[in-house]
Amino acid sequence: MSAQVTRIKPEADQPLPGNEVQKERSMVLQKEMIASHYKALAASAETGCKVVYTFVPGNLNELIGSFDNLLPVHPEINALQNAMRKRTGKMVLEAEKLGHSEDVCAYVKADIGMARSGNIGPSGTRIPDPHLLLLSYTGCFTFLKWFELLREEYNAPVAMLHTPYQGDGIVTDSMRAYMVRQIKEEVIPKLEKVSGRKFDIDKLREMLARSRQAEDDLVAVLESAKNVPSPIDAYFGAVYYIGPIFSAFRGTEAAVEYYRELRKEVEARLAAGQGPVTPEGEMGPERYRLVVEGPPNWTSFRDFWKMFYDEGAVVVASSYAKVGGLYDQGFRHDPEHPLESLADYCFGCYTNLNLPSRVALLSKYVREYQADGFLINSIKSCNSFSAGQLLILREVEQRTGIAGGFVESDLVDPRYFSGANIKTRMESYFQMIEQKRKGAA
Amino acid sequence: MKLYLGIDLGSTTTKAVVMDANQVILGKGITNSRSNYDTACAIAQNEAFIDTRFSLFRRQMSTGAVELGTGAVELGNLEAFLTGLEANFRLEQFLRQLRHLTEISMAEISKGRVDQALRTPLRDKLEQLFEEIAVEALEWFRPGAAKRSDFFRDLAGNAYMRGAEALAEPDGVTYDMLVNVYDKCIIRVENTLLDLSLEGNMGKALDRSFGDGGRDGLSEEAEAEIRSAADQVLDISLEVLNAVGTGYGRARLPFPKERIRSEILCHGLGAHTMFPGTATVLDIGGQDTKAIQVDPEGIVTSFQMNDRCAAGCGRYLGYIADELNMGVQELGPLAMQANKSVRINSTCTVFAGAELRERLNNGERREDILQGLHRAIILRAMSLLARSGGIEDEFTFTGGVANNEAAVHALSTLVEENYGKRKLNISANSIYTGAVGAALFALRNVAG
Repeated sequence: MSAQVTRIKPEADQPLPGNEVQKERSMVLQKEMIASHYKALAASAETGCKVVYTFVPGNLNELIGSFDNLLPVHPEINALQNAMRKRTGKMVLEAEKLGHSEDVCAYVKADIGMARSGNIGPSGTRIPDPHLLLLSYTGCFTFLKWFELLREEYNAPVAMLHTPYQGDGIVTDSMRAYMVRQIKEEVIPKLEKVSGRKFDIDKLREMLARSRQAEDDLVAVLESAKNVPSPIDAYFGAVYYIGPIFSAFRGTEAAVEYYRELRKEVEARLAAGQGPVTPEGEMGPERYRLVVEGPPNWTSFRDFWKMFYDEGAVVVASSYAKVGGLYDQGFRHDPEHPLESLADYCFGCYTNLNLPSRVALLSKYVREYQADGFLINSIKSCNSFSAGQLLILREVEQRTGIAGGFVESDLVDPRYFSGANIKTRMESYFQMIEQKRKGAA
Repeated sequence: MKLYLGIDLGSTTTKAVVMDANQVILGKGITNSRSNYDTACAIAQNEAFIDTRFSLFRRQMSTGAVELGTGAVELGNLEAFLTGLEANFRLEQFLRQLRHLTEISMAEISKGRVDQALRTPLRDKLEQLFEEIAVEALEWFRPGAAKRSDFFRDLAGNAYMRGAEALAEPDGVTYDMLVNVYDKCIIRVENTLLDLSLEGNMGKALDRSFGDGGRDGLSEEAEAEIRSAADQVLDISLEVLNAVGTGYGRARLPFPKERIRSEILCHGLGAHTMFPGTATVLDIGGQDTKAIQVDPEGIVTSFQMNDRCAAGCGRYLGYIADELNMGVQELGPLAMQANKSVRINSTCTVFAGAELRERLNNGERREDILQGLHRAIILRAMSLLARSGGIEDEFTFTGGVANNEAAVHALSTLVEENYGKRKLNISANSIYTGAVGAALFALRNVAG
């Protein structure tokens, strides 16, 4: 039995206009969830909901959601959604006009540029100004600076949760206690103030229980890629799969339903021996299995993906799919220990891991997912991901004996995606793997 | 005869290599890519086949496959004669293109855009100019003449500009008017597929070689033998069993996907074929710089290349040459006359242009600045080499920039400083490395 596939026409402002795109039912569901969230944001003034800006890695979505009248906004998601609609070029230039350098994270510039152009979000509705800036993950230094800028821009208060880096590769009890204390003393009081309601730990527990359910299903989906052929693409496809859980929906009924549906679809594909669905339909035979490190490029997302599926390359595991949490390594939100598990969640996001842990994790993926290639997409303006990637490349190559590849692009700055250059590298890389196979045979 | 063809469509030049089943390179052809890959590809292929027939001619005569009867052709004489014959053939090709340039230039004058009163004097000047170029060309193609560009555009263009400067009159036919005609017509000449074939031009080249006492000690019998051998070589059927394409414009080739190979793999294999001890390859082409590691079989194990910015690649040198109003081939020799290396901080083409002017304004010598520029390019390549895994022994430098002595000098110095002694391989045919790799892939694909 094959999964149900609905063919829908993309909206006029989506990439590759005119092309008919294949979407699974879960994608349609997700689209509706995102649209409803942007609608709720646009109507927040009327509904009396307050708006909390926060980042994806280590976000405290259940905590925000437990107040019932707080809505999260994730600036990176606005930036990437705008990039997929080819709108960030202008926004980045707008920010550069204000004096932000070319080297500054393009997410930041797209966000600042959007704010300065009426703050119209990806869905075409206005994103309301923040009532609170909740900086719940400090592993990325740019996040700190970003919220300093937004504080200036909106004159909004900041709640800062300082997340210690996993420098030694472990989370100690004192690190966890330090985080819990900050959540109690810094974060919750500020949320209460903005919300006007008291924090209710039982509501938080209920949300965490729902998170856990969705997390189980997500892991089953991601781990389905251990099968040969893989029924999913764990990078380009996973970008959609991780959308709800890393953003505004973790802990909601909608997310539980979405992941239940997604898992069903993937299991059906697996049972039918099908490969991933691409924007051009079913993928051809699986020829290469890759582990990918680094975020995707958003401005030419489809073009970049096409360079993979045209060659029969499936990404079987990616670090980007863990950017908001390493559920596949066992972490689950825990209603029995609500604040502690929120702390652990913040500790565990991928870029908070030190280099040895990242190398070990990626090498493990290569082995467990039977990959025959390890590719890095190095993002020009993202220090959190890109620092140390060449070292990672060499180490993973040495530990696993597989061929490493390296391409460079950017998140949402269209000027830093050179299609011809990346295509040359990708083709060379696939041919190199092929040649190695022939040599070994 | 069964042959294999490799085509490398680079951003600046297009190269073709013809190989036989024993991996012997029989012919090489090159042309500028002129923003028209289809034409460039056709011309490079034609040139490679012409070169192949010359190789076969040489092979046939020197192995005695052609019965020379009287034995009047001494081998020493034969080599000199063949070199002369090839030069005459190239001259005929040049003159054919020059005639076409003359024709369309004259037609251009007749168009309404040129002032009526100036048409006749302009036509006269052009006639004189083209005649002078034709005479000058006899010298360029003489055996032993100094090496010049392989491209009609460069040869004709340099002479034309010099002639235009001499013939221009401030109140009549100005320099700008003359240059304007050339600019309008040269691209059309480049994009016209003229008959530059061996068949069409060999007869004339032979006449030129044998005419005016040019027989060079060869008897009438020998001439007959040679003419007959030429006919025989022209009659050999050349059958391409497989062709593989690579390079920046590879997607333009009308080849199925499996016959398009990445330039990185082609450069790796090409370098390995030319120098079997190769472990690390540096290729600096027009648009890309690539650092490649290969295993003892020539299989690529790791590579790095520049990102979307072509800073520090061949194009950069082209831009610098334009800034200095020089030919790109002149940069290396001039840089070698430096007394010191002026520090240049940027390989960004725009910034380097500004830096170049600033240094000139500060009174630095062009030679010293150029040496600094070459060092800056190589420093950038060193970074890519380090990223790809360093420099192992032996180290092969390929691509057009490998023919630039100042770049080679900077590279050898920096390699020794950073990695110690390494055997540095550079072939005179380094620009063909990618095409050699492609031809070898073509051969291997058929061989299975």
